Amino acid sequence: MTASLALLNTQRLVHLSQIDLIIIVFYFALVLAIGFYLRKQANTGEDFFMAGREMTAWIAGLSFLSANLGSLELMGWAGASYQYGILAAHWYWIGAIPAMLFLALVMMPFYYICKTHSVPGYLKLRFGEPSRALSSISFAFMTVLMSGINMYSMALVLKIILGWDINFSIMVSSITVAIYVALGGLRSAIFNEVLQFILIWAGALLIPILGLLEAGGWSGLKARIATNASAEYTHLWGTLGKFTDNPMGIHWTGIVFGLGAIISMGYWTTDFLVVQRVLSAKDLRAAKMAPIIGAGFKMLVPFIVILPGLLGLALLPMKLMPEAQAIATGGHSYNEVLPLMLARYCGPGLLGLGITALIAGFMSGMAGNVSAFTTVWTYDIYRAFIKKDGSDHHYVNMGRWSTIAGVAISIGTAYLVMDFKSIMDYVQALFSFFIAPLFGTVLLGMLWKRASSAGGFWGLLAGTGSSVGMWAWVKVDPAALRYVALSPHARDMAENMYRALWSCLICAFVTVAVSLVTKPKSDAELKGLVYGVTDIPSETYVSVLHRPWFWAVVVGAGFVVLNILFW
Amino acid sequence: MKPGGSISIWFFIGISLLVNGLLIFGAGIYELLHPPQMPVVLFHLHASLWWGGILAALGAGYSIYFAPGKGRG
Repeated sequence: MTASLALLNTQRLVHLSQIDLIIIVFYFALVLAIGFYLRKQANTGEDFFMAGREMTAWIAGLSFLSANLGSLELMGWAGASYQYGILAAHWYWIGAIPAMLFLALVMMPFYYICKTHSVPGYLKLRFGEPSRALSSISFAFMTVLMSGINMYSMALVLKIILGWDINFSIMVSSITVAIYVALGGLRSAIFNEVLQFILIWAGALLIPILGLLEAGGWSGLKARIATNASAEYTHLWGTLGKFTDNPMGIHWTGIVFGLGAIISMGYWTTDFLVVQRVLSAKDLRAAKMAPIIGAGFKMLVPFIVILPGLLGLALLPMKLMPEAQAIATGGHSYNEVLPLMLARYCGPGLLGLGITALIAGFMSGMAGNVSAFTTVWTYDIYRAFIKKDGSDHHYVNMGRWSTIAGVAISIGTAYLVMDFKSIMDYVQALFSFFIAPLFGTVLLGMLWKRASSAGGFWGLLAGTGSSVGMWAWVKVDPAALRYVALSPHARDMAENMYRALWSCLICAFVTVAVSLVTKPKSDAELKGLVYGVTDIPSETYVSVLHRPWFWAVVVGAGFVVLNILFW
Repeated sequence: MKPGGSISIWFFIGISLLVNGLLIFGAGIYELLHPPQMPVVLFHLHASLWWGGILAALGAGYSIYFAPGKGRG
């Protein structure tokens, strides 16, 4: 590992000028300044954990999207598009837009009206303490682990691109995030996420513009890809009829039912990391508009992530390769396509802004993890099981300290991953175990008033257990893939899709079965939590242009057009 | 929007775009006067100049419109 890192160090992709360094330092100074400025507005629990519930739809919507743009999102998916072609755009379109619109129109009213602080908090109100305990502990555990993995990934990327020392990158980025989140709470995280979102666009949008100019437009790009790789790389749906017809080894049923109907629904509607941003909205209409605004921008993200990957495939003189092969041969890996394209077009200044965009992406994801962890730890674990009678001031202090503790644990995880790199694969798999079943539990909880407390708990447990079981089965016996993913030709991504689908179905089946033989809650207890017994405020008092339904239809139409255009 | 404080987040964003835009525009001017020995691809389009200019103009607009004390946000 050390030898490979030393090798990477000698092959840094770009060299920064003084003007680039000034731009990066200015970014760090500005995010810290925002944290210090907002520290006086984080005195109560509602301020610190929920940003005072006074965010406009635009702020909540952009923050909702920005929290997801972290991690290796930018570089990882650009690399995936180099590797798999335009199929990677499914994770931005069918793998996000329907779920975000569903959250806005169907689920948000229940989250918002019950005034919960978190998704585990909703489970407590709907299904009782055992369901909250299961989901909050798993969420808190996984969030800090994922945060550490993201931190390590970021440090590794900065080492590869800039030759920066890994310890330096981890410490500077994590301490910055810890300071501005501990000072200003969720409000500071959200403000910085909006700033980071704008910087990501400002730094990354130039690559597709200049790339398309060089390639001769979309038709020129397609012609070059057909020569360099295959014409299949530019078709979104046309090659999904058979597992063997496309570079991803996936069937359209996996994309539609596994990704579109389960994984994305689970992530965008029940992962508290993103839902927390929407819960900070100032009223129900803003809370419904926020995911719709987020969906509108999410549809455009492939232009700064997927398109650069495709442009790399068409224009870069060298052939990119898998990570292990790149390390062994001294070549460039798929994940380096975005910085390579950045270095291709960006001179001094622009390069600094592009690198700032990457750092901003990583930091917004890290801050998202930390602020979500802090809320779940303080409200759903500490207050629920450790100290039930603390004052509001006590819980705010706990929030500040748990922010610092969360960052410290994340740093520990980052170093753990550095020594045992295979942990990264396992933790990412572990995280997926909880998302799909949780969607089944929350959805049934919101839409079916007959679902009982016991049904919710045992359904969630069975869904999670079955997901772990299927994953272990394929690890022990790879031939089991033909049963789990319906084909021996399925690859990792296809396996994830189908495992999510089965675990959600098992969760729903067990929830229904147990609910039918156990006692449901009364209508009075379910008021504000379930469809049919909750009064959802009418929106007839505002014009059509201000109604969430109208904008959801506009975004939905854009989604359909894009899928047809790139079929 | 400025919930909880007197300075709008859009003002911070305006300042960020303005400063970055001016720095990039300045770097573009320098490169125009002293062309690099190993220019980037499509150097002749002078992306630093027009992209830096666009960012600076946007940033200036936001900074002025959402300046503290104007009550906008």
